[in-house]
Amino acid sequence: MIGHTGTWAALVHRVSGILLTLFLPVHFYALGTTLESAAAFDALLEWTERPLVKFGEWGIVVLLAAHLGGGLRVLALEFLPWRDWQKSLAAAAAALALVMGLAFALAL
Amino acid sequence: MMQVRVWRGKADGAFQEFEVQRHASQTVLDVVTHIQRVLDSTLAYRFACRVGMCGSCAMTVNGVARWTCRTHVDKVVKKEQIEIAPLRNLPMIRDLVTDMSEFFDKWTKAKGRFEGARTRSDDFARVFPDSEDRKLVDAGIECIGCAVCYSSCDVVSWNPDYLGPAALNRAWTLVKDERDSKKIERLRAVAGDAGCHSCHTHMSCTERCPKQISPTAGIAGLKREVSLALFRKAL
Amino acid sequence: MSVKAQTILWVTQRASAAVLALCVTVHLATMVYAIRGGLSAAEILSRTKGNAGWLAFYAVFVLAVTVHAPIGLRSVLLEWFGWRSASRDVFLVGVAMLLGALGMRAVLGVFL
Repeated sequence: MIGHTGTWAALVHRVSGILLTLFLPVHFYALGTTLESAAAFDALLEWTERPLVKFGEWGIVVLLAAHLGGGLRVLALEFLPWRDWQKSLAAAAAALALVMGLAFALAL
Repeated sequence: MMQVRVWRGKADGAFQEFEVQRHASQTVLDVVTHIQRVLDSTLAYRFACRVGMCGSCAMTVNGVARWTCRTHVDKVVKKEQIEIAPLRNLPMIRDLVTDMSEFFDKWTKAKGRFEGARTRSDDFARVFPDSEDRKLVDAGIECIGCAVCYSSCDVVSWNPDYLGPAALNRAWTLVKDERDSKKIERLRAVAGDAGCHSCHTHMSCTERCPKQISPTAGIAGLKREVSLALFRKAL
Repeated sequence: MSVKAQTILWVTQRASAAVLALCVTVHLATMVYAIRGGLSAAEILSRTKGNAGWLAFYAVFVLAVTVHAPIGLRSVLLEWFGWRSASRDVFLVGVAMLLGALGMRAVLGVFL
């Protein structure tokens, strides 16, 4: 239910998964253009220099980190012995996403 | 005085507003009872023990499923207003009364019934209360079928076939019961899209259960047991 | 789809998730390292072309994604779009094939 920690974690996990699935074909296609020529790839890389695209890239990285964090939370809940601090897993997942977002932003 | 909005009618009904006097130590059930006895005798609602043992009085109070006899008005009233509606995810019969049939039908579908193999001529089973399995069973055995968890579950509202936390939790307590003889049949009944594999660990059930049971824990256990059965080629 | 088949899907999903946890961690770390100071085709390809190790790694990555994404999408299609019929799973096989084809095309393009 909305308002519960677990629900937020699950929704972020699901929505990030959907968005990543939509992004991946684009990502694969772009990388595959190297087959045509390095020039075509360079043209693409130049396109990615645009600020809006950079922001989108950063968004993808955060989505990926969030999805990973949420996924680790699910794996922990399903396979590790039950503990009472499961809510902390959601927080840990969020922290992971933040860290990755920061690292990527700093590296740009 | 507070404004109490109460659902009237069925799914196509509406909230009706009543003015109710505040009292010390007043519960939401007290409020509903007052409305029915004094203000509008046509209001339909359920209760029985009124002391937090039977689970009959479960309703949605300010958007949250709770036992109304154990919900103090002081704890939930917002700016002298309360909203009372029937439990979610269940068909409405009228006003605050829902049809609990599907809730219990799913209990049956999950094979939530003990089936032992001993007869009266066999000796008693020896089950040690501090054994690992028994501790797991005891953690989930106190369920009284109030449907608060079922009413709080997002997957139940998304997938009408989903067995739900209560039925799956009960199946778990039986899967872990060493006296039960129908483990494989039960695992088959609780696996798949309608069963434990559709639990996405929102944990609303665990958050809301008035008996502090964690159906999520039991369902996670079922996922592991079903996987083990698959690998042992028993599924 | 039988309950046994649905269970196999679930186990596959969790197994691919474990593989991806490793792959994604490596990939994110590598990307953060690689993009420092900007990117160019020459720079990337000089590091990747002919690299058998990385080719194997990304081939496994693509395979895991091809399995993981459609199974994840399956729950979404069932629960949020009410798609119950067998055509849903046919669609998902199509998604898997698209991801696999585009993914391996990319891997070959970058690493071969």
